[in-house]
Amino acid sequence: MSAADPTPAASGAARTSAAPAGTVWEVFVRPRRGLSHQHVGSVHAADAQLALRRARDLYTRRGEGVSIWVVPGGAISATSPDEKDPYFAPAADKTYRHPTFYQLPEGVKNL
Amino acid sequence: MAVMQERVAQGRTDVPLDLEAGFEALLAADERIEPRDWMPEAYRATLIRQIAQHAHSEIIGMQPEGNWLTRAPSLRRKAILLAKVQDEAGHGLYLYSAAETLGVTREELLDALHNGRQRYSSIFNYPTLTWADVGAIGWLVDGAAIVNQIPLTRCSYGPYARAMVRICKEESFHQRQGYESLYTLAHGTPEQHAMAQDAVDRWWWPSLMMFGPPDSASAHTARSTHWKIKRHGNDELRQRFVDLTVPQAEVLGLTLPDPRLAWNAETGHYDCGPIDWSEFEAVLAGNGPCNRQRIARRVSAHEDGAWVRAAAAAYAEKHGHRGEDGREIE
Repeated sequence: MSAADPTPAASGAARTSAAPAGTVWEVFVRPRRGLSHQHVGSVHAADAQLALRRARDLYTRRGEGVSIWVVPGGAISATSPDEKDPYFAPAADKTYRHPTFYQLPEGVKNL
Repeated sequence: MAVMQERVAQGRTDVPLDLEAGFEALLAADERIEPRDWMPEAYRATLIRQIAQHAHSEIIGMQPEGNWLTRAPSLRRKAILLAKVQDEAGHGLYLYSAAETLGVTREELLDALHNGRQRYSSIFNYPTLTWADVGAIGWLVDGAAIVNQIPLTRCSYGPYARAMVRICKEESFHQRQGYESLYTLAHGTPEQHAMAQDAVDRWWWPSLMMFGPPDSASAHTARSTHWKIKRHGNDELRQRFVDLTVPQAEVLGLTLPDPRLAWNAETGHYDCGPIDWSEFEAVLAGNGPCNRQRIARRVSAHEDGAWVRAAAAAYAEKHGHRGEDGREIE
């Protein structure tokens, strides 16, 4: 999918077409050092530089972030919610991946 | 069974029942619906209508206060008002962004605002006649908006709820700056006090109307409540606002223009006089003091901005989209 015809996957619009005023950019903000970037919303902009500026003005007016990523909506690939269950099924049947799966002998500590 | 009957009534027997059941199960578990989830078309349409109306209200709401930007009485007040009006633009954008996740474009939404197919809150069709109106709007209009909006932070549609969290955080500054400004006027010269009182007299009733018609006359309440888009009735929220606001008026030293307003020890709430719903209907029908002016201003702002959009598009065409080649932006 080209950026000129984006499907903003993080916002998830399945039917959005390109806006004449510019591409939809999904915005991710790092609230402070040590935390990862988090999706906060989207902006419209003709290019990445403008998208970053608009994201700064829109999503960080009160010091909500120390770093911003903008990604053209069409550049994001996403799993489909319709196939959620089969897609994530392999994680569900391996309960031995969790520490709670294991029985510990009485009295053992720090384990 | 009720789901099935509703499906038949709406002529939607084409949707597999497990999709519908999955949607209902998420609602029942108080989980959020996310953009790419299956949802009934009526749920999608209701949300688009409500979020769009909310977004339009934010950007039309810039006009009454914007009216006083160049005439603010001090640099401090001007800077505050600029920040507030900028916030309203930001709130509009958060909400348009949320609406777009439902499959409408920004252009469609703006067209619908400009040609009157979608509405904005009728409160913004009242004029701001004096500087005190800016304070009264912050205190009463934003105060009413906060009471309306806090339950929306738990709305079933994820992007709308998340936008509302952000908006509610910012609204409290709006209300406080208005209250502070009114308090200053109310404790100033007799003329300033009278100006503050006059503003409160004009904004009180329209603020109460912001909660919408009585539940008995509200068209969409039952369905929106089932969908967990709406969590409280209009009358309940209106009462909550009155109970919060009356003591604040006393501290201001201003009166509220309702001779029947009185504390009811039995119910633990303030009783109010009747609201003149014919005024609400008239404003809604397009006959408020500023309906035409607000839309004309919005349309001309949009048209005057056409060259900016064209220039941005031409620039992008010339330089291409940067940041798409996978390199790190940070």
